[in-house]
Amino acid sequence: MERPIQFFESAQLDVLREIGNIGAGNAATALSKMLQSKIDMKVPNVKVLSFDEIEEYVGGGDRLMVTVFLRIEGDVPGNMFFLMDVNSAKNLISYMLGADENQEDFDELEMSALQEIGNILAGSYLSSLADFTRLSLQPSVPAISIDMAMALLSYGLIELGRSGDYALVIDTTFIHGEEQVEGHFFLIPDPASFTTLFNALGVPL
Amino acid sequence: MEIVKVGMADLKITSAPNRLRTTGLGSCVGITLYDPQKHLAGMAHVMLPSSDLSRGPINVAKFADTAIPELLRRLEGEGASRTRIVAKMAGGAQMFAFSAQSDVMRIGPRNVEACKAVLTQYKIPLVSEDTGGNVGRTVEIDSLTGILYVRTINQEEKGI
Repeated sequence: MERPIQFFESAQLDVLREIGNIGAGNAATALSKMLQSKIDMKVPNVKVLSFDEIEEYVGGGDRLMVTVFLRIEGDVPGNMFFLMDVNSAKNLISYMLGADENQEDFDELEMSALQEIGNILAGSYLSSLADFTRLSLQPSVPAISIDMAMALLSYGLIELGRSGDYALVIDTTFIHGEEQVEGHFFLIPDPASFTTLFNALGVPL
Repeated sequence: MEIVKVGMADLKITSAPNRLRTTGLGSCVGITLYDPQKHLAGMAHVMLPSSDLSRGPINVAKFADTAIPELLRRLEGEGASRTRIVAKMAGGAQMFAFSAQSDVMRIGPRNVEACKAVLTQYKIPLVSEDTGGNVGRTVEIDSLTGILYVRTINQEEKGI
């Protein structure tokens, strides 16, 4: 029987935090190269949250967010989200494309640029995680959507919702240029993945 | 008037003049049952179509096949009558356009179908719905009137 995620010990949470550090660190380096400028990263947050707490954590269930979503298959099935609020996404796009961003909507070019950024960042996050754990992680093609935060994040809760009402979220924040661009990586492993992860990293269960 | 929050995989009932609200429905379905004579309303934020999918202890509010009977039971406990109760629902969208149509990606339409099947089984008429598409929804039912207000990011709020 797997240990329910709300009863993980601090050693286990430390390892998950390290995963967030390594993955997002690698992604931040990729972004820094892409933008040719410095990216700062916050210490990862590893939290076991109820569905209501997730809603609070993202600043409200109907808060407008730009979200790139990848499903992970392989040894560690789970969900990966790359989240930004609309201002951050606009600032990032204008920095990249050098265009003025004063329209409210995103056009097709901007959407595909954001999707590609999400793809590159999530890809580098997951490839460093695969190297570190020597496990196989196969991300799906990313999908992008701009809508209410919980309407999008709930896709990451469907699989784990079959066994409980809590999610373990590994959140890493990166910041570019004094919070003009703030993005979050949410890694939400399926419940069955933790045993594999802990085994691979030699953490006692 | 009080607005009672219904979380994800949660259900509540209330009486006039209060309202029930759930925010950020994507693939989930906000299903409401209403007795117009007693002004009693119930709402569930359903996440999955069937409790057969459950691998652990069952939270009845999470599944279409358990949430609807539980709402009925609670409403009847407060004096509602099954012969008067009508249903409305919103949500069940497909938020991401993936090329591969996995089961997870089809969860929205499956939730809608499951809710309809359960309503048919309990002979509860579905009087209006705003389901499908690819938009997130926030919904609120007014227990005084039975009107279900649906809000999306890009459109004006509408009452169904």
